[in-house]
Parts: sequence; structure tokens; C-alpha cells
Amino acid sequence: MNGRWRIARLVAAKDLRIERRSKIVTNQVLPFAAVTMVMFAFALDASNLLERVAPGLVWLATMFSLLILVQRSFAVEMSDGALDALRVAGVDPVAIFWGKSIALAAELAVLQVVLVIAAVVLYGADLRVGGVVLLVTTVVLATCGLAAVGTLYGGLTAGFTGRETLLPLLVLPVVAPVLIGATRAMESALGTGGAVVSDGWPWIGLLAVFAVAFCAGGALAFGPLIEEAS
Amino acid sequence: MTTSAPTPSTATPPAPSPQAITARRVSSGTTATRALGIATVVAMAWLVAFGLGFSPADRDQEEAVRIMYVHVPTVWLAYLAFTVTAVCSGLYTFSRQHSLGFDRFAGASAEIGVVFMALTLVTGSLWGKITWGVFWQWDARLTTTALLFVSYIGYLAVRGLGGGHHQRAKRSAVIGLLAVMEIPLVHWSVRMWRVGHQEATVADPSGDVKMDGLMLFSLFVGVVAFTLLYIWLLLHRSRSLAMADRLDDHGLDRALAARRSEGITS
Repeated sequence: MNGRWRIARLVAAKDLRIERRSKIVTNQVLPFAAVTMVMFAFALDASNLLERVAPGLVWLATMFSLLILVQRSFAVEMSDGALDALRVAGVDPVAIFWGKSIALAAELAVLQVVLVIAAVVLYGADLRVGGVVLLVTTVVLATCGLAAVGTLYGGLTAGFTGRETLLPLLVLPVVAPVLIGATRAMESALGTGGAVVSDGWPWIGLLAVFAVAFCAGGALAFGPLIEEAS
Repeated sequence: MTTSAPTPSTATPPAPSPQAITARRVSSGTTATRALGIATVVAMAWLVAFGLGFSPADRDQEEAVRIMYVHVPTVWLAYLAFTVTAVCSGLYTFSRQHSLGFDRFAGASAEIGVVFMALTLVTGSLWGKITWGVFWQWDARLTTTALLFVSYIGYLAVRGLGGGHHQRAKRSAVIGLLAVMEIPLVHWSVRMWRVGHQEATVADPSGDVKMDGLMLFSLFVGVVAFTLLYIWLLLHRSRSLAMADRLDDHGLDRALAARRSEGITS
């Protein structure tokens, strides 16, 4: 268990180091998320409407960016047969899954901070002191669930032609519960439309169950999935 | 390479080409499936007679109630088909032999399930337009069904990714089993989402309502007809998938052998 955890940390550190050096996330994915938020404003051009739907748009932008991040995460593994090399080297697939999920979660967390700031600045969403705990819990749990799902399906489609088009079809229906739960929880945290903080906590239960289910299910399924990927 | 499976209804023996001689079975039909096919046609004719003729029009829904005789059986069979897919995925994954037969049953069942679910969504939205005035309502059951439909289209896309048979089987079995975990989560979240937005104002078309005896019988005929259709399609489709797999395995060798033998005789 200890060795597995150490390898997971190494894999995560490797992924984050690659992203720090290539600057793809900071120079391409974050600007993409920001421009999506601006596009939403063009589409829903009414200031009080934007404030009302801000939490939903934050999570929608997260979902779209997630797809790009997952593609990126596995494009790195596919070039030069890196994933094959890891497998041939006898690296535990569960550790690879955890490592890549952690790296993806870290990237998503940065993305979330940017998107929440964008919602405050562009849409006039209000951060309130009472909702901060709920907001942080929502972001943490949703990020864990999304990272696990993203890594699992990214590993499934890695190395196949047409994976860019297949990934959204597979991932979006699966993450629908996160979109629903995280949007409602964030509405409560921000007080959108007069929502109260206590209304948000039942949704945290849903997000927690989702995160646990896919972290466990992903760890079990990831090995068989990448074992035979060509 | 050109031996495509003849339609199951034709009982004509295959022409004695080199391919056909070595092929173990060219048609996906057997005596049992032919009998089943005839039973399906008879049951469907019954359903048409009862659904469109003998059963009365509803007091509230009028003639639109007849949509129910297709809508309700197809949705039940679609859920049954997806259950079969999940069970066969589990059997493939956890059995020691990893038999490809289970994988083909899972794939065939998912294909039929997707078709039936598309029928359900189309007939349901037509019924909704007539009865509620709108094609779609963001009701928990409808939304779950629509997400499920999309998920299984994804499952079929994963089956089409290519690679070896066992690779395909393993990959799609994982997706088939993950769906079992995913469906309750989706349903739970969608139900929570709709709470407070609208109460169940919809007249439940599948039960609860007091139904006329003849209507209930017509519905029963529908369930029987579509169940027969499902089993018939499942058997044929899994056999044709087996043939496609065999063609993948031996098709090239056999074609090469055929060309070589042509060279010798001429």
C-alpha cells in the first residue's frame, strides 16, 4: 500500500511537472475556460439572468475544460508509448490511476479558482462568508469525482482513433450527477436566487457518494482497461 | 470474404462455394428461431388487432392511449435488455473461461435496448404532445431514461473501437458494469433535482390508473409480442455477431486458400 501510494505521488508529480514546463494548461486550457465564460455572457445577455445562472455556467465550463484536460493528460501518455513503457516496467495500474487522478484534480482545482473569480467579476456573483465552507467542500468533492471519471474514461479511449469524439459522449452522461449536485450546492453557497446555505448540504452527500464510487470503481477497472490497450 | 449471412427467413441451402463448405453455419436461423419468428409475427398481428381495433379509446386520452401499447412494452424491454447486458458483462468478467458468447449477448442486447429505448422516447414524446401539449417534460423518469439512452449509445461506440475480440469484450464489459453503478447515481441526482420544481402531475401511463379490462389485455399482448421480438432479435444478432467474429478470425485465411485452389484447378 505504501509503495503504491509513493508511485502514485511520483506519477502525479511527473504529470504536473510536464504541465508546468509545457504550460499547456496555463496558456491554453485556462484561457479557453475564461473565453467560455465570456461566450455564455454573450448568449445570455441579461445581467440579472447571468447572476442567477452563474453557478451552472461555472460547472458547465468545468465540464468542457475537463474534456480537454483529459485529452491532454492521455496525449502525454500516448506520445512515445509512455503508458506502454510504464506497464512494461511493471508499474501498478492502480498507482497510475491514482497518480493521474491526483494530477488532474490539481489542475481542475486551479481551473475552479479561475472560474469562480470569473463568475464574481463578470457575472456579479457574491461570495459570502457563511457559504465559504460549503463552497470549498463542493469544489473539493466535485473535483475528486470528475478527476476519477476523467482518468478512467481517458484511459479507456487512449490510443484509439476517434477518441477525441468518443470521450465527450462517454463522459458527459456520467458526470451529469456532478453537474446537477455541484450547481445546486454552489447556488446555496453563493446565495443565488435567495438560496440558503443549509440547502446545499444534501447535495454534498451526492457528490461524496459519486466521488467515492468512481475513485473505487476506477481503481478496480483501470488495470484491465489499459492492460490490453494497444 | 463475400459470404454474407442470408436473411434468416430464407431456408435455401447455400451454394457450394469453398467458403460455404468450410463454414460451420451460414444462416443465423435455426428451427427454433424460425418458430419463434413466426410466433412474433402472430403476436404482433394480435397487438395490431387489439391495440388499434378491439380496445376502446380512453375517456381522457382518447385515441392517444393506443400509443401506450407500444410505449410501455418497449420501455420495459429496453430496461430488461440493459439488465441482460450488465449480467452478461459480469458473467464475462468474472467467469473463468471469459467466454466471448457472453460478450456477444451483452452487445446484441445493448443494441436492441437502444433501438427499443429510441422507440420509447419517440412514442412517449408523441403521446406527451397530444396529452400534455409538450413533447418533453423535465420529469425525473424521462430525464433518467434519456441519459441512459445516450450512455448506451456510448457503450455501443466503445464496442466499435476495434482491436481483438477479447480486448473489445473486456473494455465493453467494464463499461457495461460501470453503467450499473452509474444508473442509480443519475437517477438519484435527477430525482433530487426535480423535487420542489414540480409534483408528479403526470397521469401515470403504466399503471396506477384504473384500466379497462380490454386495455389491460391489449397491453399484455404488447408485452408478449415485444418480448418475443426481443428474444428473436437477441438470438439472431448474437449469432450474426459470432459470424462476424469468425469472419475476422478466419476470413482472410479462407479467402487466400480459395484463391490458391483456383490457381491449381485452372
